[in-house]
Amino acid sequence: MSDFKKSGMSRRGLLKAGAVGGLVAATPSFFIKDAWAEEFRNNPTNSGEVKLGFNVPQSGPYADEGADELRAYMLAVKHLNGEGDGGMLNTMKPSMLTGKGVLGKKVTYATGDTQTKSDAARASAKRMIEKDGVLMVTGGSSSGVAVAVQSLCQEQGIIFMAGLTHSNDTTGKDKRRYGFRHFFNAYMSGAALAPVLNKEYGSDRRAYHLTADYTWGWTQEESIKNSTEALGWETVNTVKTPVGAGDFSQYITPVLNSGADVLILNHYGKDMINSLSQAVQFGLRDKQVNGKNFEIVVPLFSRLMAQGAGDAIKGILGTTNWNWSLQDDGSKAFVQSFGAEYGAPPSMAAHTCYVQTLLYANACEMAGTFYPPEVIKQLEGFNFDGMGNGPTLYRAEDHQCFKDVLVVRGNENPSSQFDLLKVVDITPRAQVEYDWTIFGGELGPYEVKM
Amino acid sequence: MDAIFIQILNGLDKGAAYALIALGLTLVFGTLGIVNFAHGALFMLGAFCAVTFQKIITISVKVRDEGVTAFVAYKEQPYLETWFGDTGRIIIDYSVPLSIILAIPLMLLVGYVMERGLIKHFYKRPHAEQILVTFGLAIVIQEIIKAYFGANPIPQAAPEILAGSANVGSWVGLGDNLVYPWWRLIYLCFSGIVIFAVFAFLQFTTYGMVVRAGMRDRETVGLLGINIERRFTVVFAIAAIVAGVAGVMYTPILPPDYHLGMEFLVLSFVVVVVGGMGSLGGAVLAGFLLGIVQSFASMNEVKDIFPGIDQIILYLVAVVILLVLPRGLMGRAGVMDD
Repeated sequence: MSDFKKSGMSRRGLLKAGAVGGLVAATPSFFIKDAWAEEFRNNPTNSGEVKLGFNVPQSGPYADEGADELRAYMLAVKHLNGEGDGGMLNTMKPSMLTGKGVLGKKVTYATGDTQTKSDAARASAKRMIEKDGVLMVTGGSSSGVAVAVQSLCQEQGIIFMAGLTHSNDTTGKDKRRYGFRHFFNAYMSGAALAPVLNKEYGSDRRAYHLTADYTWGWTQEESIKNSTEALGWETVNTVKTPVGAGDFSQYITPVLNSGADVLILNHYGKDMINSLSQAVQFGLRDKQVNGKNFEIVVPLFSRLMAQGAGDAIKGILGTTNWNWSLQDDGSKAFVQSFGAEYGAPPSMAAHTCYVQTLLYANACEMAGTFYPPEVIKQLEGFNFDGMGNGPTLYRAEDHQCFKDVLVVRGNENPSSQFDLLKVVDITPRAQVEYDWTIFGGELGPYEVKM
Repeated sequence: MDAIFIQILNGLDKGAAYALIALGLTLVFGTLGIVNFAHGALFMLGAFCAVTFQKIITISVKVRDEGVTAFVAYKEQPYLETWFGDTGRIIIDYSVPLSIILAIPLMLLVGYVMERGLIKHFYKRPHAEQILVTFGLAIVIQEIIKAYFGANPIPQAAPEILAGSANVGSWVGLGDNLVYPWWRLIYLCFSGIVIFAVFAFLQFTTYGMVVRAGMRDRETVGLLGINIERRFTVVFAIAAIVAGVAGVMYTPILPPDYHLGMEFLVLSFVVVVVGGMGSLGGAVLAGFLLGIVQSFASMNEVKDIFPGIDQIILYLVAVVILLVLPRGLMGRAGVMDD
């Protein structure tokens, strides 16, 4: 005490000086906090809400799948805002989601219609970003759409959480820093399917590919071809078919006398329904070639699409990202919530869309900000569990999720109208991982000039 | 040789669908002078008659899957099977051909209402306006169907006995490996019968004779005291029936969805133009011709030489034919020459 007096400084003086000093010291961080706040597009700092953009096919051939995606998004919004039973918020690990919105802000949404056309999807995403002020865009049911919207989002500095897209290109040569894919890809389908094909059909087979003539079809054909040739299969021919061909008879008939004993249909949606139904009509599954039963393989299966093929789907092998019959806690919680809300099980598209929304919200909470580069850094390399498909990694290098892959077969004896796919095998994640450099591409910068 | 034979069959089969739709289009154009872009929607409506008929006859008791608690999952047991056993099963199995019974009166009604309610107001309007209004109508019809039946295709099975393939190779001495689906062969025969019936109706009945006379000179026929407009309304309804039954029978080949009509519409117009506007024979000839050309262009051997030729061949052939024969294959002078 006396020393203070001696130095000419009173206790009160010291406290004042300390307070002023502390204030001065804190001033830079006070102003730096949210310093990026004004620098990113659609910053919701001054709003009590954060708006997400759900860009799904609401018209066109994938409208039913789009409707299911939208149902999942609306459920995710409910759960994030603390309504309903919470669904996967209760099973996701690790999770900072509390059911009180995201970073204390209520989650709202705008919707767009991709029409499953790249130009329409870009236009609706742009409208949601520029007019509705969405902070994140998600959804879609086509790789062409995903690649187009992802590229737009990179330009706009808006994070894109892809919906259903299976082309290797989405997180390969066309990957973007602002784009993330939870869905599996063609390479993973090939890697998961090959051992089952080997077990069921053997290593001495001759395959004929019919392939949808666009990015997804090309990469799937390449991946399945590589996987089956590694088994020892011979590829007899690969034929590109126009998207939406309708009648595939002129492409199927050459298969009959090609010497092939397996037909691989790299088709999705309506093309898959038509080509598979017609291949069965042409008696391919009743044929014997090279002393073996002729087989048909559909590498990418969807329950919604399987409905359209009717009995033709029975016994056909393929892969799927997720199925409502899974019995892990996350899947059960999601199916319970979705079923109670809508009276039907979610599709794999709905699952991926729901998970993507939660992952984005959680990354914002982890980052403590909506500032996209910080959110991106949280998603990159994020390990999580409890969302179906076991422990999952969002790989930092290409923004591709790695998780277990389901090999399924069209159910021969379904117990209900939804029981169309039977899980034959769950391929462990380690078996479908690959070196990210094989597909090329550059992620691009974190910071985007506007 | 095998490949050529099969592609001819494919082409005939595809051409049969084109020809049936183009026949109705030409009939309407030749009689009423209407360019009806809603004609594809009538084909699609016919297909959904099959879907509706199947839904009606498979009304079921629902046996719930108790293992699923999150939502109501069930297996269906059609009442028809429960009540009538094998007879019920046979009726369900033959639902596609049987649905023609529903399609004929329904399409007759649709055609009549469409012509009296909308089309007749556009008889004297420019073709551009006719196209706009009928195209709009087609979109309305397909959106209604989508709202009720969803966007996904709905599978329709051919009767079990006809679900497999016929050994057509052995029929023509080309070996046992050449097979072709029974239902497609039936569709080919069916289209032949329908085309013959339409021609016979126009050629060998008094009613048809009056219609043909009206197609040539409406005013003179009217001056003879014949209400030609009423007859043309019936012709419109017949065209709707032809499109409808063609749609019904096509469902096992292509599971129908709301967009089915649009997929055929553009190609059918190409067929009509190539055949010659207003020429029934031309429409049928061009339908089969273009179907065969399209099938051959899709052969791997052809595509190896001309990549992508299968996508443009129809339009290429149409351009060549119209350059050589500006009125189409069997077009008459004075029809749309202006």
